[in-house]
Amino acid sequence: MTGPGAKGGPLLRASGITKFYGDRVGCRDIGFELWPGEVLAIVGESGSGKTTLLNCLATRVVPTAGVIEYRMRDGRMRDLHALSDAERRLLMRTDWGFVHQNPIDGLRMTVSAGGNVGERLMAVGERHYGHIRETATDWLGRVEIAADRVDDDPRSFSGGMRQRLQIARNLVTGPRLVFMDEPTGGLDVSVQARLLDLLRGLVADLGLSAIVVTHDLAVARLLSHRMLVMKGGEVIEEGLTDQVLDDPQAAYTQLLVSSILQV
Amino acid sequence: MSAGAYNFAYLDEQTKRMIRRAILKAIAIPGYQVPFASREMPMPYGWGTGGVQVTAAIIGPDDVLKVIDQGSDDTTNAVSIRGFFVKTSGVATTTRTDAATVIQTRHRIPETPLAAGQILVYQVPIPEPLRFLEPRETETRTMHALEEYGLMHVKLYEDIARHGHIATTYAYPVKVAGRYVMDPSPTPKFDNPKMHRSPALQLFGAGREKRIYAIPPHTDVVSLDFEDHPFSVQEFDAPCALCGAEGVFLDEVIVDDAGGRMFVCSDSDHCEERRAAGHEGTLAGAPAWSGAAAAAATEDAS
Repeated sequence: MTGPGAKGGPLLRASGITKFYGDRVGCRDIGFELWPGEVLAIVGESGSGKTTLLNCLATRVVPTAGVIEYRMRDGRMRDLHALSDAERRLLMRTDWGFVHQNPIDGLRMTVSAGGNVGERLMAVGERHYGHIRETATDWLGRVEIAADRVDDDPRSFSGGMRQRLQIARNLVTGPRLVFMDEPTGGLDVSVQARLLDLLRGLVADLGLSAIVVTHDLAVARLLSHRMLVMKGGEVIEEGLTDQVLDDPQAAYTQLLVSSILQV
Repeated sequence: MSAGAYNFAYLDEQTKRMIRRAILKAIAIPGYQVPFASREMPMPYGWGTGGVQVTAAIIGPDDVLKVIDQGSDDTTNAVSIRGFFVKTSGVATTTRTDAATVIQTRHRIPETPLAAGQILVYQVPIPEPLRFLEPRETETRTMHALEEYGLMHVKLYEDIARHGHIATTYAYPVKVAGRYVMDPSPTPKFDNPKMHRSPALQLFGAGREKRIYAIPPHTDVVSLDFEDHPFSVQEFDAPCALCGAEGVFLDEVIVDDAGGRMFVCSDSDHCEERRAAGHEGTLAGAPAWSGAAAAAATEDAS
Protein backbone atom coordinates (compact mmCIF):
# COMPACT_ATOMS: atom_id res chain seq x y z
CA MET A 1 0.00 0.00 0.00
CA THR A 2 3.05 2.28 0.05
CA GLY A 3 4.25 2.74 -3.48
CA PRO A 4 7.66 4.40 -3.18
CA GLY A 5 7.63 7.93 -4.53
CA ALA A 6 3.90 7.66 -5.22
CA LYS A 7 2.00 10.80 -4.35
CA GLY A 8 -0.34 8.79 -2.16
CA GLY A 9 2.33 7.40 0.17
CA PRO A 10 2.41 7.92 3.91
CA LEU A 11 3.75 11.21 5.32
CA LEU A 12 5.64 9.60 8.14
CA ARG A 13 6.65 6.02 8.74
CA ALA A 14 8.06 4.81 12.04
CA SER A 15 9.40 1.34 12.60
CA GLY A 16 10.95 -0.30 15.64
CA ILE A 17 11.16 2.91 17.67
CA THR A 18 12.82 2.07 20.96
CA LYS A 19 14.14 4.42 23.59
CA PHE A 20 15.93 3.37 26.76
CA TYR A 21 16.82 5.75 29.55
CA GLY A 22 19.70 3.73 31.00
CA ASP A 23 18.07 0.44 31.97
CA ARG A 24 14.57 1.83 32.01
CA VAL A 25 12.31 1.58 29.00
CA GLY A 26 10.89 4.79 27.55
CA CYS A 27 9.16 3.10 24.66
CA ARG A 28 9.79 -0.17 22.88
CA ASP A 29 9.48 -1.38 19.29
CA ILE A 30 6.78 0.97 18.04
CA GLY A 31 5.86 1.17 14.39
CA PHE A 32 3.10 2.93 12.47
CA GLU A 33 2.37 5.02 9.41
CA LEU A 34 0.82 8.45 9.35
CA TRP A 35 -0.98 9.49 6.18
CA PRO A 36 -1.48 13.02 4.86
CA GLY A 37 -4.46 14.73 6.49
CA GLU A 38 -4.66 12.13 9.22
CA VAL A 39 -4.78 12.90 12.93
CA LEU A 40 -3.27 10.23 15.14
CA ALA A 41 -3.79 10.19 18.90
CA ILE A 42 -1.38 8.52 21.27
CA VAL A 43 -3.18 7.78 24.53
CA GLY A 44 -2.22 6.10 27.75
CA GLU A 45 -1.65 6.85 31.40
CA SER A 46 1.21 8.90 32.83
CA GLY A 47 4.55 7.18 32.38
CA SER A 48 3.36 4.98 29.52
CA GLY A 49 5.91 6.45 27.10
CA LYS A 50 3.62 8.74 25.09
CA THR A 51 5.80 11.84 25.35
CA THR A 52 9.02 9.85 24.83
CA LEU A 53 7.58 8.51 21.59
CA LEU A 54 6.46 11.97 20.51
CA ASN A 55 9.89 13.45 21.25
CA CYS A 56 11.55 10.67 19.24
CA LEU A 57 9.23 11.34 16.30
CA ALA A 58 9.82 15.10 16.47
CA THR A 59 13.63 14.53 16.62
CA ARG A 60 13.82 16.17 20.01
CA VAL A 61 15.21 12.92 21.44
CA VAL A 62 17.40 10.39 19.63
CA PRO A 63 15.85 6.91 19.81
CA THR A 64 18.02 4.01 20.93
CA ALA A 65 16.85 2.00 17.93
CA GLY A 66 14.40 2.30 15.07
CA VAL A 67 13.92 4.34 11.93
CA ILE A 68 11.62 7.31 11.35
CA GLU A 69 11.11 8.35 7.75
CA TYR A 70 9.36 11.51 6.63
CA ARG A 71 8.17 12.51 3.18
CA MET A 72 9.86 15.82 2.39
CA ARG A 73 8.13 18.41 0.20
CA ASP A 74 9.98 17.03 -2.81
CA GLY A 75 8.17 13.70 -2.26
CA ARG A 76 11.20 11.71 -1.13
CA MET A 77 11.16 9.69 2.10
CA ARG A 78 14.12 10.68 4.32
CA ASP A 79 15.39 9.16 7.54
CA LEU A 80 14.83 11.97 10.06
CA HIS A 81 17.70 11.12 12.34
CA ALA A 82 20.08 11.02 9.38
CA LEU A 83 19.26 14.60 8.34
CA SER A 84 21.87 17.27 8.96
CA ASP A 85 21.25 19.71 11.80
CA ALA A 86 20.52 22.45 9.31
CA GLU A 87 17.95 20.37 7.40
CA ARG A 88 16.27 19.20 10.58
CA ARG A 89 16.00 22.67 12.07
CA LEU A 90 14.64 24.04 8.81
CA LEU A 91 12.05 21.27 8.80
CA MET A 92 11.09 22.04 12.38
CA ARG A 93 10.43 25.70 11.73
CA THR A 94 8.74 25.42 8.36
CA ASP A 95 7.13 22.05 7.69
CA TRP A 96 6.39 21.10 11.30
CA GLY A 97 4.78 22.57 14.34
CA PHE A 98 5.17 21.56 17.96
CA VAL A 99 2.49 22.57 20.43
CA HIS A 100 3.73 22.18 23.99
CA GLN A 101 1.52 21.29 26.91
CA ASN A 102 2.70 24.39 28.73
CA PRO A 103 2.54 27.42 26.42
CA ILE A 104 5.46 29.02 28.27
CA ASP A 105 7.70 26.35 26.69
CA GLY A 106 6.51 27.17 23.19
CA LEU A 107 6.21 30.96 23.33
CA ARG A 108 8.62 33.83 23.84
CA MET A 109 6.98 35.35 26.85
CA THR A 110 8.75 38.72 26.57
CA VAL A 111 7.92 39.19 22.89
CA SER A 112 4.58 40.57 21.74
CA ALA A 113 1.90 38.29 20.28
CA GLY A 114 2.62 39.66 16.82
CA GLY A 115 6.35 38.99 17.23
CA ASN A 116 5.63 35.46 18.43
CA VAL A 117 3.57 34.68 15.35
CA GLY A 118 5.97 36.54 13.05
CA GLU A 119 9.11 34.80 14.28
CA ARG A 120 8.82 31.86 11.91
CA LEU A 121 8.15 34.19 8.98
CA MET A 122 11.28 36.17 9.78
CA ALA A 123 13.20 32.92 10.23
CA VAL A 124 12.40 31.93 6.65
CA GLY A 125 13.45 35.31 5.31
CA GLU A 126 10.41 37.63 5.39
CA ARG A 127 11.81 41.14 5.75
CA HIS A 128 8.78 43.37 5.27
CA TYR A 129 7.38 44.62 8.57
CA GLY A 130 3.95 45.46 7.13
CA HIS A 131 3.49 42.01 5.63
CA ILE A 132 4.62 40.24 8.78
CA ARG A 133 2.24 42.26 10.91
CA GLU A 134 -0.65 41.70 8.53
CA THR A 135 -0.11 37.95 8.52
CA ALA A 136 0.27 37.89 12.30
CA THR A 137 -2.95 39.86 12.82
CA ASP A 138 -4.77 37.57 10.40
CA TRP A 139 -3.61 34.50 12.33
CA LEU A 140 -4.58 36.00 15.67
CA GLY A 141 -8.06 36.41 14.22
CA ARG A 142 -8.15 32.79 13.12
CA VAL A 143 -7.38 31.63 16.66
CA GLU A 144 -9.93 34.05 18.10
CA ILE A 145 -7.53 36.56 19.67
CA ALA A 146 -8.67 40.17 19.24
CA ALA A 147 -6.57 42.21 16.82
CA ASP A 148 -5.94 44.91 19.45
CA ARG A 149 -3.91 42.39 21.49
CA VAL A 150 -1.28 42.06 18.75
CA ASP A 151 1.24 44.22 20.65
CA ASP A 152 0.59 42.72 24.08
CA ASP A 153 3.02 40.13 25.33
CA PRO A 154 1.73 36.66 26.30
CA ARG A 155 2.32 37.29 29.98
CA SER A 156 -0.86 39.33 29.91
CA PHE A 157 -2.81 36.48 28.25
CA SER A 158 -4.98 33.85 29.93
CA GLY A 159 -3.99 30.18 29.70
CA GLY A 160 -6.43 29.51 26.87
CA MET A 161 -5.26 32.56 24.91
CA ARG A 162 -1.63 31.53 25.35
CA GLN A 163 -2.41 28.08 24.01
CA ARG A 164 -4.24 29.54 21.01
CA LEU A 165 -1.33 31.93 20.40
CA GLN A 166 1.05 28.99 20.47
CA ILE A 167 -1.08 27.25 17.85
CA ALA A 168 -1.10 30.35 15.62
CA ARG A 169 2.66 30.67 15.96
CA ASN A 170 3.09 27.10 14.77
CA LEU A 171 0.65 27.19 11.89
CA VAL A 172 1.76 30.47 10.31
CA THR A 173 4.27 28.86 7.95
CA GLY A 174 1.70 26.34 6.70
CA PRO A 175 3.24 23.19 8.21
CA ARG A 176 2.17 19.77 7.00
CA LEU A 177 2.64 17.99 10.32
CA VAL A 178 1.94 19.25 13.82
CA PHE A 179 2.97 17.49 17.02
CA MET A 180 0.84 18.25 20.05
CA ASP A 181 1.71 17.27 23.58
CA GLU A 182 -1.41 17.44 25.75
CA PRO A 183 -2.68 20.58 23.96
CA THR A 184 -5.60 20.99 26.35
CA GLY A 185 -3.79 20.09 29.56
CA GLY A 186 -4.28 22.61 32.33
CA LEU A 187 -7.28 24.32 30.75
CA ASP A 188 -10.76 24.29 32.22
CA VAL A 189 -13.38 22.30 30.36
CA SER A 190 -15.22 25.14 28.62
CA VAL A 191 -11.93 26.57 27.32
CA GLN A 192 -10.88 23.04 26.35
CA ALA A 193 -14.05 22.61 24.36
CA ARG A 194 -13.49 25.82 22.40
CA LEU A 195 -9.84 25.00 21.80
CA LEU A 196 -10.75 21.55 20.51
CA ASP A 197 -13.38 23.06 18.28
CA LEU A 198 -10.82 25.50 16.92
CA LEU A 199 -8.19 22.81 16.42
CA ARG A 200 -10.63 20.54 14.65
CA GLY A 201 -11.61 23.35 12.30
CA LEU A 202 -8.01 24.32 11.54
CA VAL A 203 -6.87 20.74 10.97
CA ALA A 204 -9.76 20.15 8.58
CA ASP A 205 -9.36 23.49 6.74
CA LEU A 206 -5.62 23.22 6.30
CA GLY A 207 -5.48 19.49 5.61
CA LEU A 208 -2.91 19.08 8.35
CA SER A 209 -1.58 15.84 9.65
CA ALA A 210 -1.18 15.77 13.40
CA ILE A 211 0.12 13.52 16.12
CA VAL A 212 -1.59 14.31 19.41
CA VAL A 213 -0.42 12.95 22.74
CA THR A 214 -3.13 12.99 25.37
CA HIS A 215 -4.31 11.14 28.42
CA ASP A 216 -7.78 12.53 27.82
CA LEU A 217 -9.84 10.09 25.76
CA ALA A 218 -12.40 12.79 25.00
CA VAL A 219 -9.71 14.83 23.24
CA ALA A 220 -8.73 11.78 21.23
CA ARG A 221 -12.36 11.10 20.35
CA LEU A 222 -12.94 14.63 19.10
CA LEU A 223 -9.69 15.25 17.25
CA SER A 224 -8.26 12.03 15.97
CA HIS A 225 -9.04 9.57 13.23
CA ARG A 226 -6.87 6.82 14.54
CA MET A 227 -5.27 6.04 17.87
CA LEU A 228 -2.50 4.11 19.56
CA VAL A 229 -3.01 2.97 23.15
CA MET A 230 0.24 2.72 25.10
CA LYS A 231 1.09 1.02 28.34
CA GLY A 232 4.52 0.41 29.87
CA GLY A 233 6.26 1.78 26.79
CA GLU A 234 4.51 -0.47 24.30
CA VAL A 235 1.53 -0.11 22.00
CA ILE A 236 -1.11 -2.52 23.22
CA GLU A 237 -3.91 -1.59 20.86
CA GLU A 238 -4.36 0.51 17.74
CA GLY A 239 -7.12 1.22 15.29
CA LEU A 240 -9.73 3.75 14.23
CA THR A 241 -10.61 6.00 17.15
CA ASP A 242 -14.29 5.19 17.25
CA GLN A 243 -13.59 1.52 16.90
CA VAL A 244 -11.07 1.44 19.74
CA LEU A 245 -13.20 3.53 22.07
CA ASP A 246 -16.49 1.81 21.33
CA ASP A 247 -15.17 -1.73 21.23
CA PRO A 248 -11.89 -1.91 23.15
CA GLN A 249 -10.18 -5.29 22.86
CA ALA A 250 -7.24 -5.13 25.27
CA ALA A 251 -8.05 -5.37 28.95
CA TYR A 252 -6.18 -2.18 29.72
CA THR A 253 -8.03 -0.24 27.03
CA GLN A 254 -11.30 -1.49 28.45
CA LEU A 255 -10.19 -0.22 31.85
CA LEU A 256 -9.25 3.17 30.37
CA VAL A 257 -12.55 3.53 28.56
CA SER A 258 -14.56 2.50 31.59
CA SER A 259 -12.64 5.00 33.73
CA ILE A 260 -14.01 8.00 31.87
CA LEU A 261 -15.99 10.10 34.30
CA GLN A 262 -19.64 10.35 33.38
CA VAL A 263 -21.30 13.53 34.55
CA MET B 1 56.37 49.93 40.60
CA SER B 2 58.86 50.46 37.85
CA ALA B 3 58.08 49.87 34.24
CA GLY B 4 61.12 47.57 34.03
CA ALA B 5 59.29 44.96 36.06
CA TYR B 6 56.88 44.36 33.20
CA ASN B 7 57.29 42.68 29.87
CA PHE B 8 56.69 45.11 26.99
CA ALA B 9 52.99 46.06 27.03
CA TYR B 10 52.35 44.13 30.27
CA LEU B 11 51.39 40.71 28.82
CA ASP B 12 54.02 37.98 28.52
CA GLU B 13 55.04 36.92 25.02
CA GLN B 14 53.24 33.54 25.11
CA THR B 15 49.98 35.25 25.98
CA LYS B 16 50.46 37.73 23.16
CA ARG B 17 51.05 34.87 20.73
CA MET B 18 47.85 33.21 21.91
CA ILE B 19 45.89 36.44 21.44
CA ARG B 20 47.48 37.07 18.02
CA ARG B 21 46.43 33.59 16.88
CA ALA B 22 42.87 34.38 17.94
CA ILE B 23 43.07 37.72 16.11
CA LEU B 24 44.32 36.06 12.92
CA LYS B 25 41.49 33.56 13.04
CA ALA B 26 39.00 36.38 13.66
CA ILE B 27 40.31 38.26 10.63
CA ALA B 28 40.09 35.11 8.53
CA ILE B 29 36.40 34.65 9.47
CA PRO B 30 34.95 38.19 9.57
CA GLY B 31 32.40 38.67 12.33
CA TYR B 32 32.96 35.25 13.91
CA GLN B 33 33.53 35.29 17.68
CA VAL B 34 36.79 33.49 18.41
CA PRO B 35 37.19 32.24 21.99
CA PHE B 36 40.49 33.12 23.65
CA ALA B 37 42.06 32.59 27.06
CA SER B 38 41.40 36.06 28.42
CA ARG B 39 43.83 37.02 31.19
CA GLU B 40 43.26 38.77 34.46
CA MET B 41 44.21 42.40 33.88
CA PRO B 42 45.03 45.07 36.47
CA MET B 43 41.63 46.69 36.03
CA PRO B 44 38.07 45.53 36.59
CA TYR B 45 35.98 43.78 33.95
CA GLY B 46 33.90 46.38 32.18
CA TRP B 47 36.79 48.84 32.01
CA GLY B 48 38.12 47.51 28.75
CA THR B 49 40.09 44.39 29.66
CA GLY B 50 39.35 42.84 26.26
CA GLY B 51 40.41 45.89 24.29
CA VAL B 52 43.55 46.31 26.42
CA GLN B 53 44.60 42.70 25.77
CA VAL B 54 44.09 43.10 22.02
CA THR B 55 46.02 46.37 22.02
CA ALA B 56 48.81 44.83 24.12
CA ALA B 57 49.09 41.93 21.67
CA ILE B 58 49.39 44.07 18.54
CA ILE B 59 51.23 47.19 19.70
CA GLY B 60 54.91 47.67 18.87
CA PRO B 61 57.52 50.21 20.02
CA ASP B 62 56.97 52.34 16.89
CA ASP B 63 53.21 52.57 17.22
CA VAL B 64 51.39 55.73 18.18
CA LEU B 65 48.44 55.08 20.45
CA LYS B 66 45.20 57.01 20.82
CA VAL B 67 42.60 56.00 23.39
CA ILE B 68 39.06 57.34 23.42
CA ASP B 69 36.16 56.83 25.76
CA GLN B 70 32.76 57.87 24.39
CA GLY B 71 34.67 59.81 21.74
CA SER B 72 36.68 61.76 24.26
CA ASP B 73 40.43 61.59 24.88
CA ASP B 74 40.28 63.06 28.37
CA THR B 75 37.79 60.98 30.34
CA THR B 76 38.86 58.58 33.09
CA ASN B 77 38.84 55.37 31.10
CA ALA B 78 40.80 56.87 28.21
CA VAL B 79 43.35 58.62 30.44
CA SER B 80 44.01 55.55 32.58
CA ILE B 81 44.37 53.13 29.66
CA ARG B 82 46.67 55.57 27.86
CA GLY B 83 48.68 55.89 31.09
CA PHE B 84 48.80 52.10 31.38
CA PHE B 85 50.42 51.70 27.98
CA VAL B 86 52.80 54.62 28.49
CA LYS B 87 53.98 52.96 31.68
CA THR B 88 54.22 49.38 30.41
CA SER B 89 55.36 49.92 26.83
CA GLY B 90 56.62 53.48 26.55
CA VAL B 91 54.91 53.99 23.17
CA ALA B 92 54.10 57.46 21.93
CA THR B 93 50.53 58.60 22.44
CA THR B 94 48.42 61.16 20.67
CA THR B 95 44.92 62.53 20.69
CA ARG B 96 44.98 63.16 16.94
CA THR B 97 43.09 60.53 14.96
CA ASP B 98 45.19 60.93 11.83
CA ALA B 99 48.48 60.64 13.75
CA ALA B 100 47.59 57.37 15.52
CA THR B 101 48.42 53.89 14.26
CA VAL B 102 46.42 52.08 16.94
CA ILE B 103 43.22 53.55 18.35
CA GLN B 104 41.56 51.85 21.28
CA THR B 105 37.97 52.94 21.61
CA ARG B 106 35.09 52.61 23.96
CA HIS B 107 31.82 53.20 22.11
CA ARG B 108 32.77 55.57 19.28
CA ILE B 109 34.44 55.58 15.90
CA PRO B 110 36.35 58.83 15.32
CA GLU B 111 34.72 61.36 13.00
CA THR B 112 37.94 61.76 10.99
CA PRO B 113 37.86 58.96 8.40
CA LEU B 114 40.30 56.18 9.20
CA ALA B 115 43.04 55.31 6.73
CA ALA B 116 44.64 52.10 5.56
CA GLY B 117 47.23 50.92 8.07
CA GLN B 118 45.36 52.13 11.11
CA ILE B 119 43.86 49.65 13.57
CA LEU B 120 40.74 50.38 15.60
CA VAL B 121 40.43 48.28 18.78
CA TYR B 122 36.97 48.14 20.39
CA GLN B 123 36.25 47.37 24.03
CA VAL B 124 33.28 45.01 24.01
CA PRO B 125 31.12 44.21 27.04
CA ILE B 126 28.76 41.62 25.48
CA PRO B 127 29.90 40.18 22.14
CA GLU B 128 26.84 38.01 21.48
CA PRO B 129 24.17 39.96 19.56
CA LEU B 130 21.58 37.22 20.23
CA ARG B 131 22.22 37.11 23.97
CA PHE B 132 19.14 38.93 25.21
CA LEU B 133 16.90 36.93 22.89
CA GLU B 134 18.41 33.51 23.47
CA PRO B 135 20.18 32.99 26.80
CA ARG B 136 21.74 29.61 25.97
CA GLU B 137 25.30 29.85 24.62
CA THR B 138 25.03 26.36 23.05
CA GLU B 139 21.96 27.52 21.15
CA THR B 140 23.40 30.85 19.97
CA ARG B 141 26.50 29.08 18.67
CA THR B 142 24.31 26.70 16.70
CA MET B 143 22.31 29.63 15.38
CA HIS B 144 25.50 31.33 14.17
CA ALA B 145 26.77 28.09 12.66
CA LEU B 146 23.53 27.51 10.75
CA GLU B 147 23.02 31.18 9.94
CA GLU B 148 19.64 31.24 11.70
CA TYR B 149 19.21 34.94 12.28
CA GLY B 150 15.42 35.29 12.18
CA LEU B 151 15.44 36.01 15.90
CA MET B 152 17.48 39.17 15.40
CA HIS B 153 14.64 40.54 13.31
CA VAL B 154 12.15 39.64 16.04
CA LYS B 155 13.95 42.20 18.20
CA LEU B 156 13.67 44.85 15.50
CA TYR B 157 10.02 43.87 14.95
CA GLU B 158 9.37 44.43 18.65
CA ASP B 159 10.99 47.86 18.43
CA ILE B 160 8.66 48.93 15.64
CA ALA B 161 5.59 47.37 17.30
CA ARG B 162 6.30 49.25 20.53
CA HIS B 163 7.77 52.52 19.33
CA GLY B 164 6.70 52.88 15.71
CA HIS B 165 10.30 52.82 14.51
CA ILE B 166 13.46 50.81 15.15
CA ALA B 167 14.35 52.20 18.57
CA THR B 168 17.68 50.41 18.94
CA THR B 169 20.18 53.27 18.93
CA TYR B 170 23.38 51.56 20.03
CA ALA B 171 24.80 48.05 19.69
CA TYR B 172 22.78 47.94 16.48
CA PRO B 173 23.24 44.50 14.88
CA VAL B 174 25.14 44.25 11.62
CA LYS B 175 25.82 41.48 9.13
CA VAL B 176 29.49 41.16 8.27
CA ALA B 177 30.62 40.02 4.81
CA GLY B 178 27.15 38.59 4.17
CA ARG B 179 27.57 35.87 6.77
CA TYR B 180 27.86 36.50 10.51
CA VAL B 181 25.57 38.78 12.48
CA MET B 182 27.73 40.80 14.84
CA ASP B 183 27.29 43.20 17.74
CA PRO B 184 29.37 46.30 16.95
CA SER B 185 29.84 46.85 20.72
CA PRO B 186 27.75 49.66 22.23
CA THR B 187 28.73 52.23 19.60
CA PRO B 188 25.84 54.49 18.56
CA LYS B 189 24.21 53.29 15.35
CA PHE B 190 25.41 56.63 13.97
CA ASP B 191 28.80 54.96 13.58
CA ASN B 192 27.56 51.80 11.84
CA PRO B 193 28.00 53.18 8.30
CA LYS B 194 31.64 54.01 9.13
CA MET B 195 32.37 50.31 9.61
CA HIS B 196 31.23 49.49 6.07
CA ARG B 197 34.24 48.95 3.80
CA SER B 198 36.50 50.85 6.17
CA PRO B 199 40.12 50.86 4.99
CA ALA B 200 41.24 50.35 8.61
CA LEU B 201 41.39 47.01 10.42
CA GLN B 202 38.76 46.75 13.17
CA LEU B 203 39.37 44.40 16.12
CA PHE B 204 36.94 43.69 18.94
CA GLY B 205 37.98 42.34 22.35
CA ALA B 206 35.64 41.14 25.10
CA GLY B 207 37.66 40.31 28.21
CA ARG B 208 35.02 38.96 30.54
CA GLU B 209 33.27 36.99 27.80
CA LYS B 210 36.64 35.83 26.39
CA ARG B 211 35.89 36.52 22.73
CA ILE B 212 37.73 38.30 19.94
CA TYR B 213 36.22 39.18 16.58
CA ALA B 214 37.26 41.34 13.67
CA ILE B 215 36.31 43.17 10.51
CA PRO B 216 39.14 43.12 7.96
CA PRO B 217 39.66 46.25 5.83
CA HIS B 218 37.20 46.83 2.96
CA THR B 219 34.61 44.37 4.32
CA ASP B 220 30.88 44.79 3.79
CA VAL B 221 29.11 45.66 7.04
CA VAL B 222 25.34 45.98 6.63
CA SER B 223 22.97 47.09 9.38
CA LEU B 224 19.92 44.84 9.67
CA ASP B 225 16.53 46.38 8.91
CA PHE B 226 13.12 45.82 7.30
CA GLU B 227 12.26 46.66 3.71
CA ASP B 228 9.59 49.11 4.87
CA HIS B 229 11.63 50.39 7.85
CA PRO B 230 15.12 50.92 6.45
CA PHE B 231 18.13 51.57 8.66
CA SER B 232 18.84 55.23 9.35
CA VAL B 233 21.25 57.08 11.63
CA GLN B 234 20.49 59.67 14.29
CA GLU B 235 20.07 63.24 13.12
CA PHE B 236 20.64 66.36 15.19
CA ASP B 237 18.72 69.60 15.02
CA ALA B 238 21.63 71.94 15.67
CA PRO B 239 25.33 71.87 14.89
CA CYS B 240 28.03 71.49 17.58
CA ALA B 241 27.83 74.50 19.93
CA LEU B 242 31.61 74.82 20.06
CA CYS B 243 32.87 74.11 16.55
CA GLY B 244 29.70 74.35 14.47
CA ALA B 245 30.20 70.90 12.94
CA GLU B 246 27.21 69.24 11.28
CA GLY B 247 26.73 65.57 10.50
CA VAL B 248 28.71 64.48 13.56
CA PHE B 249 27.56 62.69 16.71
CA LEU B 250 26.76 65.15 19.51
CA ASP B 251 26.70 64.82 23.30
CA GLU B 252 24.22 66.71 25.42
CA VAL B 253 25.89 68.71 28.19
CA ILE B 254 23.98 70.29 31.05
CA VAL B 255 25.51 73.73 31.64
CA ASP B 256 23.63 75.13 34.62
CA ASP B 257 20.94 74.15 37.12
CA ALA B 258 18.20 76.05 35.30
CA GLY B 259 17.71 73.56 32.47
CA GLY B 260 20.37 75.07 30.21
CA ARG B 261 22.05 72.62 27.87
CA MET B 262 24.34 72.51 24.90
CA PHE B 263 25.13 69.94 22.25
CA VAL B 264 28.81 69.42 21.50
CA CYS B 265 30.88 66.99 19.44
CA SER B 266 31.29 63.64 21.15
CA ASP B 267 34.66 63.33 19.34
CA SER B 268 36.77 65.80 21.36
CA ASP B 269 39.77 65.65 19.00
CA HIS B 270 37.62 66.41 15.97
CA CYS B 271 36.07 69.38 17.77
CA GLU B 272 39.42 70.80 18.86
CA GLU B 273 40.91 70.50 15.39
CA ARG B 274 37.96 72.32 13.91
CA ARG B 275 38.18 75.11 16.48
CA ALA B 276 41.93 75.40 15.88
CA ALA B 277 41.11 75.79 12.18
CA GLY B 278 38.85 78.72 12.99
CA HIS B 279 35.38 77.10 13.00
CA GLU B 280 33.12 78.55 15.66
CA GLY B 281 29.83 77.42 17.12
CA THR B 282 27.27 79.51 18.97
CA LEU B 283 28.91 79.04 22.38
CA ALA B 284 32.55 79.07 21.27
CA GLY B 285 34.75 81.32 23.39
CA ALA B 286 32.52 81.04 26.44
CA PRO B 287 34.82 81.29 29.46
CA ALA B 288 34.01 77.89 30.89
CA TRP B 289 35.29 76.20 27.77
CA SER B 290 38.52 77.96 26.93
CA GLY B 291 40.27 76.40 29.95
CA ALA B 292 39.22 72.88 29.07
CA ALA B 293 40.37 73.29 25.50
CA ALA B 294 43.76 74.55 26.63
CA ALA B 295 44.18 71.63 29.04
CA ALA B 296 43.37 69.12 26.34
CA ALA B 297 45.79 70.76 23.95
CA THR B 298 48.73 70.47 26.36
CA GLU B 299 48.05 66.77 26.76
CA ASP B 300 48.67 66.26 23.06
CA ALA B 301 52.08 64.69 23.48
CA SER B 302 52.70 63.29 20.01
